[in-house]
Amino acid sequence: MYTQALDIPQQSADKGPRVVENPAYQVEFDTKIDAGGYIEAKDWMPEAYRKTLIRQISQHAHSEIVGMLPEGNWITRAPTLKRKAILLAKVQDEGGHGLYLYAAAETLGVSRDELLEALHTGKAKYSSIFNYPTLTWADIGVIGWLVDGAAIMNQIPLCKCSYGPYARAMVRICKEESFHQRQGYDLLLQMMKGTEEQREMVQDAVNRWWWPSIMMFGPHDKDSVHSGQSARWGIKRISNDDLRQKFVDATVEQAKVLGVTMPDPELKWNAERGHHDFGAIDWDEFWNVVNGHGQGNVDRLAARVKAWDDGAWVREAALEHERKRAAREHQAA
Amino acid sequence: MTQQTPNPAHIEYVTRIGDNALILGQRMSEWCGHAPVLEEDMALANMSLDLIGQARMLLTRAGQLEGKGRDEDQLAFLRTEMHYRNLTLCELPNADFGRTMVRNFLFASFQVLLWERLLASSDTELAAIAAKSLKEARYHAQHAGDWVVRLGDGTAESHERTQAALDYLWPYTAEFFAANPTDEAIAAAGIGPAWSELEAAWEAAVVPVLNEATLTVPARTPFKSYGKFGRHSEHLGHLLSEMQYLQRTYPGAQW
Repeated sequence: MYTQALDIPQQSADKGPRVVENPAYQVEFDTKIDAGGYIEAKDWMPEAYRKTLIRQISQHAHSEIVGMLPEGNWITRAPTLKRKAILLAKVQDEGGHGLYLYAAAETLGVSRDELLEALHTGKAKYSSIFNYPTLTWADIGVIGWLVDGAAIMNQIPLCKCSYGPYARAMVRICKEESFHQRQGYDLLLQMMKGTEEQREMVQDAVNRWWWPSIMMFGPHDKDSVHSGQSARWGIKRISNDDLRQKFVDATVEQAKVLGVTMPDPELKWNAERGHHDFGAIDWDEFWNVVNGHGQGNVDRLAARVKAWDDGAWVREAALEHERKRAAREHQAA
Repeated sequence: MTQQTPNPAHIEYVTRIGDNALILGQRMSEWCGHAPVLEEDMALANMSLDLIGQARMLLTRAGQLEGKGRDEDQLAFLRTEMHYRNLTLCELPNADFGRTMVRNFLFASFQVLLWERLLASSDTELAAIAAKSLKEARYHAQHAGDWVVRLGDGTAESHERTQAALDYLWPYTAEFFAANPTDEAIAAAGIGPAWSELEAAWEAAVVPVLNEATLTVPARTPFKSYGKFGRHSEHLGHLLSEMQYLQRTYPGAQW
């Protein structure tokens, strides 16, 4: 997974003193961006570009590791060994995505520890989709299908984003996400072929995850404050609303094959537009969850903080052992 | 697959190895998302995945040997406690990262020796599983052994925690080597070693690492555990209620 469109208005643009930038370098940077080239870690870049990327990449990384929790919730209860293995591998992939993304953020001059500190103190955001609970096994399939599906829509354009290390990380991540999406869909197909209770579980999960999934694309374009600048910098290539529409159109067809309905009476094909129309998104709910009032916000963050705090003695021991080992080596030399 | 007359000792032996992998894999998967650093989250998930993979092959093999049409999932999810044959050590709660690593080290070091011997098993299916699993067990033993050394010879706190973990777990390792008629029959048939034969090699593998970790190897006590004979600790029942939940709640459903 998992970005939601992260350019959310309530995270206002970075304040602070204006850095006087070098105009000659700025021209070179702009030329490279306009030509569709990549900016690399050692290249000059405007401070605001660097900050925007750090914010976006780290939020994405945090989303991956917080995203391990709702799915991890079902690893010990997976119904078959094959499904358990698939879920373990998936959650492990998410940890791996977190790792590439933290590494990509580190190329911008920030450390993983600083980024984690921002997560643990609540300064940094993660995708608010992970603040929803996973209540049944069907949620695991629906997360793969809808949540990973929405994430892929958001992320495919990032494979061509202007910052090289981020773009390259995203190529690998998108390949794995597509695989996860197919596995999620396969899980649901199997359940829909099963008993009435299984089908009921799938429909219930779709009812709960549909709206949060389409909220993952972020506010409507007219309300999205950073989108213009991000588009200019080649960080954002397709608008929130266009991506959302693309997702809805693709997903409606998959829902038919599966035999589930979306919880939106206004969802229907509009021949004139050549797209599906859909109902109004409850943005109050979206902002409530983004701002910390979702069902899982407190518990998710607490779980991350607990893991970090409980592991402090292990990290300290590893450093101390390394110090001792180096000292012994030095003495022996 | 040619069906032979079921040999109870053979079924028991393969089930035991499969249950070790299943139950420890299940335990280790509880770490997912909660490890001290992201790299260890991934390593623990990966090793859990290896063990679940081994369990799948071994329980499938056990089902074939039994000849009653039970597959890996029927064996993994639909037995009751007394029919699981894993070592008690595998079912104990994870506790902290130190205990998890000491347990992994003690167990994986044993698994390495067992898989090495099973490469030559007269059960060719089992030998093929051993060939694949040996590489995994070697990695698990290396990974956990490195951590045991770091934690044992790290800070005062980590040393104390790791020594406490070793003191807690060590008595359960006697069970690895407890002699029994199944093992004798298996050894006689050339299917695999009697586990008691592995004790000296196991000690020779683990003690130097524990020494390097500046840990004190506990003396043997009269303590005995009997998980591999189907008499478990109180912990297994809870692990199974969680693991078996969906299969038990929706009998016969396909997933």
